[in-house]
Amino acid sequence: MKKSAFLGALTVAGIAASAAVAQDASTVDQIKERGKLNCGVTTGLVGFAAPDANGQWNGFDVGVCRAVAAAVLGDANAVEFVPTTGKTRFTALASGEIDMLARNTTWTFSRDVDLKFEFVGVNYYDGQGFMVPKELGATSAKELDGATVCIQTGTTTELNLADFFRANDMSYEPVPIETNAEAQQQYLAGACDVYTTDASGLAATRATFEDPSAHVLLPEIISKEPLGPLVRHGDNEWGDIVRWTLNALIAAEELGVTSANIGELGASAGANPEINRLLGTEGTLGEMLGLDAEWAKRAIMAGGNYGELFAKNIGEDTPIALARGLNAQWTEGGLLYAPPFR
Amino acid sequence: MADLSFVRSEMLPERAPPANEVGIVKWLRTNLFSTWPNALLTVAAFYVIYLVLAGVLPWLFGGVWTTSSLSECREVLQGDVGGCFSVLTERWNQLIYGFKYPTELYWRPNLALVLLAFAAAPVLFFDLPRKLLLFTAIYPFIAYWLVWGGPIGVPVTAFVGILGAYLVFERFSASNFALGALGGVATAFVLWFIGGYLVDMMASENPLLTPVASRDLGGFMLNLMLGVTCVSLSIPLGIALALGRQSSMPLIKGVCVIFIEFIRGVPLITLLFVASVMLAYFFPPDATVDLFLRVVIMITLFSSAYIAEVIRGGLAALPKGQYEAADSLGLDYPQAMRFIILPQALKISIPGIVNVAVGLFKDTTLVSVISMFDLVGMIRGPILASQEWNGVYWELLGFAALLFFVVCYGISQYSQWLERRLRTDHR
Repeated sequence: MKKSAFLGALTVAGIAASAAVAQDASTVDQIKERGKLNCGVTTGLVGFAAPDANGQWNGFDVGVCRAVAAAVLGDANAVEFVPTTGKTRFTALASGEIDMLARNTTWTFSRDVDLKFEFVGVNYYDGQGFMVPKELGATSAKELDGATVCIQTGTTTELNLADFFRANDMSYEPVPIETNAEAQQQYLAGACDVYTTDASGLAATRATFEDPSAHVLLPEIISKEPLGPLVRHGDNEWGDIVRWTLNALIAAEELGVTSANIGELGASAGANPEINRLLGTEGTLGEMLGLDAEWAKRAIMAGGNYGELFAKNIGEDTPIALARGLNAQWTEGGLLYAPPFR
Repeated sequence: MADLSFVRSEMLPERAPPANEVGIVKWLRTNLFSTWPNALLTVAAFYVIYLVLAGVLPWLFGGVWTTSSLSECREVLQGDVGGCFSVLTERWNQLIYGFKYPTELYWRPNLALVLLAFAAAPVLFFDLPRKLLLFTAIYPFIAYWLVWGGPIGVPVTAFVGILGAYLVFERFSASNFALGALGGVATAFVLWFIGGYLVDMMASENPLLTPVASRDLGGFMLNLMLGVTCVSLSIPLGIALALGRQSSMPLIKGVCVIFIEFIRGVPLITLLFVASVMLAYFFPPDATVDLFLRVVIMITLFSSAYIAEVIRGGLAALPKGQYEAADSLGLDYPQAMRFIILPQALKISIPGIVNVAVGLFKDTTLVSVISMFDLVGMIRGPILASQEWNGVYWELLGFAALLFFVVCYGISQYSQWLERRLRTDHR
């Protein structure tokens, strides 16, 4: 008797749960009802996402979350940052615990297709690079023949390294290490001539050295690591909002719309029709997204356009001091290319 | 022939022992330089100690405590050896409370910790007046309310449910243990059910204490909370499992054996991943069980399986005569267990239980891999990822080690005192 009642309760709970999933309101409606965007970020990566001494999240990926929250909810602080590790991030997104994931996640075929996610764009083009002490005198990775290389074992960087040296007919001696912290120690102790990992990681590591200027990042980037925000399969309207919020940040930089001049530009329709469409003074782009006309304006005001976000969190004036490189606008030789707002 | 015999007629005065047979010299000779190899080892050991201290002491005492970032630290130190302990002072609150617990509410967990001392005292030191146990009984509800805040109805309802269950159990258990236990459980659920409605109805917009979400807990506070909760829950559960495993009823025995062997065969970190990741699939997105509760359940299950095995060892160590003595006195099973068997078995099991408790407390740092910000999670995540403190390893992890050492050493000392106190044989 007791047992059957228990099983009955379980069944009811199960039906209720599946019903809740089945009648899933659209993600945007859920967010609006909740009044908060649940955004998955890393548990901490220098420059990309980390809470400061007051518990406020800051960083480049965090900026994307805030822009989306500003576009949808009108408040850049209406974000519940859900810290995820490399292991929990995909299940958190797939199970609906978070609405979007902005966690320096590389866009790969299997993640996009097999794990049933939708990468909405690329907010940082990363790639594997090399760091050497300045006194080594190397200016190009092609001069590294015979070098000892500190390399994290079991990662794709290990395979990329082997490919690169074989393709250039050079030899190297790997020094296997486990974590970035260990790599720092080994490299500083002179156990290896070269340290290789993702370029942004190298820059962040170098920033912690006592004398960063004694080390240089070589110009070669030997692998593609496009990092971008992603959402679940199945709600394309929501995917569109995140995608075009990111595009709005990128386009704003291209069009010269900054957080400083956006008040002026967005007040009334100006001379440039694309800016007008972007900022909602002309056309009905916001309506098409299911948002109001000023969605992009708010997204840009949240933390500035792409260039401002970059400069504030990881740019050359910060300790991380990343150059724009591949992440410059297409007009300046980079890869950032926002489709037209039309 | 002259009489050369000599008889001393008075005692000689005592003379001081030879210089190398007393005091420091004697001690050194016997303990440090008794043989050549020992002397060499002593010298070598002193040299190693010197090397360690020569490295650590300047680092420790030359440390910087007041800067606001690692680069400032390095400016102050100008290349001298010294730790950058400023990270501890600047991020102290984050290390202790996590980065999201509201600053103005820190007094609440502090008060809960102070009250914990009063609540734990009568359990730990049984020379204290037994009436203090009443406070221990209500402490969990007070602590819950202090740490999480929210409407006071929730802990009150929980308490009333438990109280009702206890009264029903007391009323019936004398005649029928099973009826008492089942009736108690049923009463608790009925009371909670009614209370749930009342709390919902009476919940005001502005509860006396601002509610704090579980996700906002962190730092060493989270380790302590997980440790205290899980240890205190897993000991009763472990006793029940150990007794169940010895039961003559095949169903109960089977369930207990399968549970214990399954839990012991699975790494804790797997269970934690199940708690944080897999369970989310089974609940609708907005109706999940609180993450803290999920983790508490998993750690409790894990350690209760180990404690059950420790206690089973204690039960097995008791001579069969004790069981038979209890039977011959006409005691039924609950009475025999409560008055004869368990007091002896638990006493034997103390070192093992403490071992599990210390291990469990340290295992609470594993929650950092499921993105909860306990002490280690705070260090590995937010603090090392901040632009100010990226690169400070020794100071932070050393601090974490120190905190854990203090607590674990305390537990260990207590258990040794307890063993001495409970020793009834005449050794």
